[in-house]
Amino acid sequence: MKKEIKIGKVVSQVLIWIVVIFFSLICLLPLINMVAISLSGSEAVSANKVGLIPIDFTLSTYNKLLGDSQFWTSFWISVKRVVLGSIINMLFTITMAYPLSKSKKRFRAREIYMKIVIFAMLFSGGVIPLFMVVSKLHLTNTIWSLVLPGAVPVFNVILLINFFKGVPESLEEAARIDGASPMRILVNVYLPISLPALATVGLFAIVNHWNDYFSGLIYMSKASMYPLQTYIQQLTVDVTQITDAEQLKQLSSLNNRSFNAAKIVASTIPLLIIYPFLQKYFVTGMVIGAVKE
Amino acid sequence: MSQKAGKVKRHMSREEVTFHLMLLPGMIILAIFVFAPLFGSVMAFENYVPAKGLLRSKWVGLSNFDFIFSLPDSKQVFMNTLIIAFAKLIVNIIIPVTFAILLNEIRVGICKKTFQTIVYLPHFLSWVVLATVITNMFSLDGPINSVVSFFGGTPIYFLADNKWFRTVIVLTDAWKEFGYNSVVYLAALTGIDPGLYEAASIDGANRFKQILHITVPALLPTVVLMTSLNLGNILSAGFDQVFNLYNPIVYETGDIIDTYVYRIGMVERQYSIGAAVGLLKSVISFILILGSNRLAKMTTGSGIF
Repeated sequence: MKKEIKIGKVVSQVLIWIVVIFFSLICLLPLINMVAISLSGSEAVSANKVGLIPIDFTLSTYNKLLGDSQFWTSFWISVKRVVLGSIINMLFTITMAYPLSKSKKRFRAREIYMKIVIFAMLFSGGVIPLFMVVSKLHLTNTIWSLVLPGAVPVFNVILLINFFKGVPESLEEAARIDGASPMRILVNVYLPISLPALATVGLFAIVNHWNDYFSGLIYMSKASMYPLQTYIQQLTVDVTQITDAEQLKQLSSLNNRSFNAAKIVASTIPLLIIYPFLQKYFVTGMVIGAVKE
Repeated sequence: MSQKAGKVKRHMSREEVTFHLMLLPGMIILAIFVFAPLFGSVMAFENYVPAKGLLRSKWVGLSNFDFIFSLPDSKQVFMNTLIIAFAKLIVNIIIPVTFAILLNEIRVGICKKTFQTIVYLPHFLSWVVLATVITNMFSLDGPINSVVSFFGGTPIYFLADNKWFRTVIVLTDAWKEFGYNSVVYLAALTGIDPGLYEAASIDGANRFKQILHITVPALLPTVVLMTSLNLGNILSAGFDQVFNLYNPIVYETGDIIDTYVYRIGMVERQYSIGAAVGLLKSVISFILILGSNRLAKMTTGSGIF
């Protein structure tokens, strides 16, 4: 009897390990395949022979990529918008979250502002009216069209409000009695102890800006102004032109797949660099986000 | 405060003035990019011509909506959206919950961490990048079809086959998000009192029975919360994913409201029709989100706002 239980335990443990490893491999292998394709000779790639290990290993695609000016133009646009966009996001997130984290007693208009913010989170006028506004303001074809429409990341604001609420009031009390202004209290008391929360919302902002292709697609009329994700999106065939399966098949094999793979891998590297930090903080972010109003 | 305070409005404190000033820039941004487009939605009731502008375009009342409802595409698009979103709702609970329970059984810290690092990764990659990866996986001579052939099947062009497209959409979304979605369930699992398991094992319950009678009930409130919150998004079946994976061959099963709005409004430039569909979706979604949040509060005592 006892032995049976033990065997059962070992078998179930083994099964669990197999399933979890299977899940992990499913996530990892397609990405490794992409890297392998980018490092393989084009013959092997078009014959679809490349699995997880590069065949006819070559760095030629990456060499070619170094000289691809359109890629680097787009890469640079993305870098600029990430820096500019994230800084703007952070400024708005911090300056809005602080007053909104105060009680109704100290800030009587709080409830009205909160209603506005939550409404803005839940309701969107839709992509077409937004496009009209952005073009009426003559922001199209400028970097501001990538940065300003999403300048207030409402979800992040609410996240930070929840975090600020958890800061004990006694901490700022002393500074208030000394007559420090709210701005000063925010900078000297709140920001230093909120670093994990700030890292979380900052990293979210960076990832969102880096990954966004859609604003580039609708607001930029020239390919030379596309951010990186839009540029890559445009590489993968204009699907609206395709009408039958045969055509789709031809196009995907005609495309320079290993070169495209190299572009995709290169566009992912910045994310991989910040991924360790992301992983460290996004769980914190989800925990803060779970704190209720 | 003096006793008059009840009658006369108290002046704003200096602190409050600063608070208003701190919120002002953000409110201006929201006014321009959230609330102005909202008023711009009146173009849904006009025959909007950009040259004439919002104020001088012809007012047509509800006829744009009549037109939408008369289109045969509309019903199809609406149904596609519901089917895909609903399937995602179910699959995106079952897989993350299962994975969280299994991962929680792995006690070797470093392995557990490694698995987590791997499965969270796809969440942070864009659909643009992943669409290429997926197209590659599901291509006619790609890895998935090698498996199909190995088992004696004929290769399927998954992304250009109306029988398969939705399945691929739902499964690849689960693939991208299951790790990330499992985080909330893992957090709920760590909150379970280990004493419960000890007591159960003394009573002779094996590991499987313990999972069934302790773990699953403990996860239930989180499952209910996530389900009711996600119900509010039932009209958003995932624009970025579908937009980057679909093609005209699979419009029949894969075209969803958001992609339809994009094509009608931004590509064909029928601004009013696109805005009307978008507005309809926004209004219904807004009501659904309020409703689902109330549902979440009723059933679990917590919501998002």
